[in-house]
Amino acid sequence: MFFQQLVNGVTLGATYALIALGYTMVYGIIQLINFAHGEVYMIGAFVGLIMVAVYKVNFFIALLAAMAVCIPLAVLIERVAYRPLRNSTRLAPLISALGVSIFLQTLVTLIKGDPNPLGFPHVIQDTVYALGPVKFSLIQVVILIVASLLMVFLEITVKYTKIGKAMRATSEDYETANLMGINVNHVVSFTFAAGAALAAAGGVLVGMYFNSINPFMGVTVGLKSFCAAVVGGIGSIPGAMLGGLLLGIAEVFGVAAGFDTYKEAISFGLLIIILLFRPTGLLGHPIQRKV
Amino acid sequence: MEGVLSILTNPYYNQVLTMMGIFLIAALGLHLITGVTGQFSFGHAAFLSIGAYSSALMTIYLHTPFFLNMLVGGLLAALFGILLGIPSMRLTGDYLGITTLGFGEIVRIVFINTKITGGAMGLGGIPKETNIAIVYILVVLTVFSLYRIQNSRFGRALAAIREDEIAAETMGINVYWYKIKAFAVGTFFAGVSGALFAHMMQYLNPSDFGFSRSFDILNFVVLGGLGSIPGTILGTAVLSLAPEFLRFVKEYRMLIYGALMILMMIFRPYGLLGNVDLVRVFRSLRSRGAGKGTVSGDS
Repeated sequence: MFFQQLVNGVTLGATYALIALGYTMVYGIIQLINFAHGEVYMIGAFVGLIMVAVYKVNFFIALLAAMAVCIPLAVLIERVAYRPLRNSTRLAPLISALGVSIFLQTLVTLIKGDPNPLGFPHVIQDTVYALGPVKFSLIQVVILIVASLLMVFLEITVKYTKIGKAMRATSEDYETANLMGINVNHVVSFTFAAGAALAAAGGVLVGMYFNSINPFMGVTVGLKSFCAAVVGGIGSIPGAMLGGLLLGIAEVFGVAAGFDTYKEAISFGLLIIILLFRPTGLLGHPIQRKV
Repeated sequence: MEGVLSILTNPYYNQVLTMMGIFLIAALGLHLITGVTGQFSFGHAAFLSIGAYSSALMTIYLHTPFFLNMLVGGLLAALFGILLGIPSMRLTGDYLGITTLGFGEIVRIVFINTKITGGAMGLGGIPKETNIAIVYILVVLTVFSLYRIQNSRFGRALAAIREDEIAAETMGINVYWYKIKAFAVGTFFAGVSGALFAHMMQYLNPSDFGFSRSFDILNFVVLGGLGSIPGTILGTAVLSLAPEFLRFVKEYRMLIYGALMILMMIFRPYGLLGNVDLVRVFRSLRSRGAGKGTVSGDS
């Protein structure tokens, strides 16, 4: 029972982690809470659904198609709604992010015709593998493999490629990176693109897992993933993965322990408790106050 | 005059203007926290809901007079503001923001799961006590008291914290306590506004106080011009009336509303009245009108 819940929790946590990575990377570079990120995830899920239901493609093509739509979308959002506001107050891009969020939710609702949830076709058989008393469904296995591959890929990109090095430099010090000849606008666009690719994948995976998507699905999951990013220490890539897993596991165990009516509150409660003891998250660096 | 009267007697305009006044009180409370003190609060709707539910429940079960319930609602909201403030004032900027957001969601979920508040079904049968006159008298009182606060020693200390926390601390301002006091006063107004809301709608549902409501109120404060009372009033007016004016575009309403938020921020990143000092504008207009006063270092 314990291990079964752990498997469910890790699966859920892996999807939170995928989305949390987008929040944490963007925050690490331009200190912006990208509230429209949840909507990118939602659109990823819809694109995945359209590909699978209308064009009958297989699951991996749908995943790639969702990424292919969400990457330019996120870059466009950054270009239109955030870049003109990069040097203004902290709250200005936050408000325009909310504007983008409302805009995209309404747009999808209008295109879809109504705000009701849609079911996701079964693209992956409901095969169940048993490992002793613990049961893995094929969907869970796929989610865990895809999520881990994407995270490894991200880690390699950030650690060993030129653009990854530029990302780390920009997140360390935006101004100095700019002075050193790094095209920071390029880095920011790349960061949004990478975050969007992960969120799109997360959208398709969650759509499959819970078998239901709707135009407002990005709101709660977006907030919880953002919590995951903060719990792990915002700006820290391993932190987002840790935070995602932690919140996923906590949520599944909370529900199993009978707090199912408080399901949505578990993440936020954990967030507040962790922040009280570690004000910058589990793996975050303490903020230095300089005069 | 006839035009004004017809607006006041038309139930639709009356309702729109009353709701605008109610949210203006909440927005002015947030103005003190975010605009004046510079602290992020993304959970303002939670304090509205605390004020709303407590005053509604008092009216229904204790039959105490409305003004007492409203006051208790405000004080209870302020109490929670302090309770949230004491541990979380160690957090800065976005971390404080996300904590308040989490708090807001938790409060909403608690209301969904409590029996006495009617849970997710909502709480009905609240007598109607709020009317446009009461709301606008309270708006005037709120504006007056906030104006007094902002121009007092206390208000200047809050502004100092916003500008530079370390410098303020060096000048002997107890940053921690001043922030908590700002939270207490700001959330008090949210509670009052919630009480008015409850006795206006006569029905409460936890979904009225989700995080989108918190962000609506934050929008009022930011879009009008952060840190300016006239800005907050203008922002609230524009954003509460915009959806009403946009009714003719039907289903495209929220699409345009979202786009409007982005455009307003891009073209006026400091808000509609940001960086505009109305007193100064007024003075220069008056001196120009009187034909004296050259352009001096004033501008």
